[in-house]
Amino acid sequence: MKPQVISENDLHAYVDGALPVTRRAEVEDWLGGEPAEAARVEAYRAQKAALKALFEPVLAEPLPPELAGFAERPVVDPLPAAHAGWRATSLLRLAASLVLALLGGVAGWLAHGQYGAGERLAQGLPLSHQAAVAHVVYSPDVRRPVEVAADQEEQLVKWLSKRLGTPVSPPRLGAVGYELVGGRLLPGNSGPVAQFMYQDGSGQRLTLYVTTEGVGKPETGFRFAREGAINVFYWIDGKFGYALSAGIDKGELAKVATAVYDQLEKAK
Amino acid sequence: MDSRDILVEIPRLRRYARALLGDRAAADDLVQDTLERAWTRFAQWRAGSDLRAWLFSIMHNLRVDQLRRPALPTETLGEDAGQVPTRPTQSDQLEVMDIESALRQLPEEQREVLLLVGLDDMSYGEVASALGIPLGTVMSRLSRGRERLRQIMAGRQPGASLRVVK
Repeated sequence: MKPQVISENDLHAYVDGALPVTRRAEVEDWLGGEPAEAARVEAYRAQKAALKALFEPVLAEPLPPELAGFAERPVVDPLPAAHAGWRATSLLRLAASLVLALLGGVAGWLAHGQYGAGERLAQGLPLSHQAAVAHVVYSPDVRRPVEVAADQEEQLVKWLSKRLGTPVSPPRLGAVGYELVGGRLLPGNSGPVAQFMYQDGSGQRLTLYVTTEGVGKPETGFRFAREGAINVFYWIDGKFGYALSAGIDKGELAKVATAVYDQLEKAK
Repeated sequence: MDSRDILVEIPRLRRYARALLGDRAAADDLVQDTLERAWTRFAQWRAGSDLRAWLFSIMHNLRVDQLRRPALPTETLGEDAGQVPTRPTQSDQLEVMDIESALRQLPEEQREVLLLVGLDDMSYGEVASALGIPLGTVMSRLSRGRERLRQIMAGRQPGASLRVVK
């Protein structure tokens, strides 16, 4: 038998089963004549087996909830599935609170960069941010997403118009696949704002946030903001500021925003 | 990145972190930080590439960051650090130590390689890419780590013999 040159790396690859068959046989032959090296290799194997045995049980340990939660993207789309049960709802609440925490951070950071302290107090939070938070809070709600449901639309319109001090009514979005679920009144920076909620056939929800705050600001075209997992189109038109929020992609949301805008224009 | 894929990897990440750090809470914190960072950077993960290696490399980098800003002033032990920190009186010097406390005595850079190869069955190439080091460095750390562990387990002080060689 010709002498083999066996390197240190060969020995480790041998321990780790990483050698091709022929080389493996050569190492084995060589170890047969080198008892000290064979003992060393055996010790490495024993180490490996002992480490595996020692830490193997960790694999079977149940995951703590704070880790299991990370199987999903931490900021998930907070919209419920069609058959969301109690568990799903509470998970969604949790997700919503995560989104809120994130939004809070984002808004704080944005506000810090954009406004001085005095200005920030006077202006309150940006429209897109307020709308996104309101969306995240109410759209996952399975049982009470709205205060007044669409089957009482007349009352809804009367009530919200009265509270906002100016006529407001929800646009019809059936043409783009969304039906009115209903609406609710919310606190804005300095007074009431209205939120209308819509839903498509799959249960996907979007909300239209309508505020009279910031009246007198110049009108704007569509603006887009991404608040966590929520996309928001917002604009100021006449007496109203509008923000349309949903956890859907920007292109689809833009279609709906255009439909909303067109109807509001026609109604003028 | 699919949630099922992630779910499969979490127990492995935990096992590795536990073996690396020894402390359960610290290990789970590291796993949590890793997953958080993975989700914020998942756009950087190339679909089809090895998810596990990517996650381990994130964990490694986090750990490197942690070690860079230590809570207490520490000294980094190089690969050839002559002295393994041991108790001043070694009455148990000749006893065979258990593998876990022996593992704690290895420099972390050797422990990493040893665990990725030994626990997670990573190939040497995968270890090199997860840790961002050359293959040759993987092999030398593996070799030193294993030998050091063997000597500690056998009750010898590898530091002493290394110093004699120097």
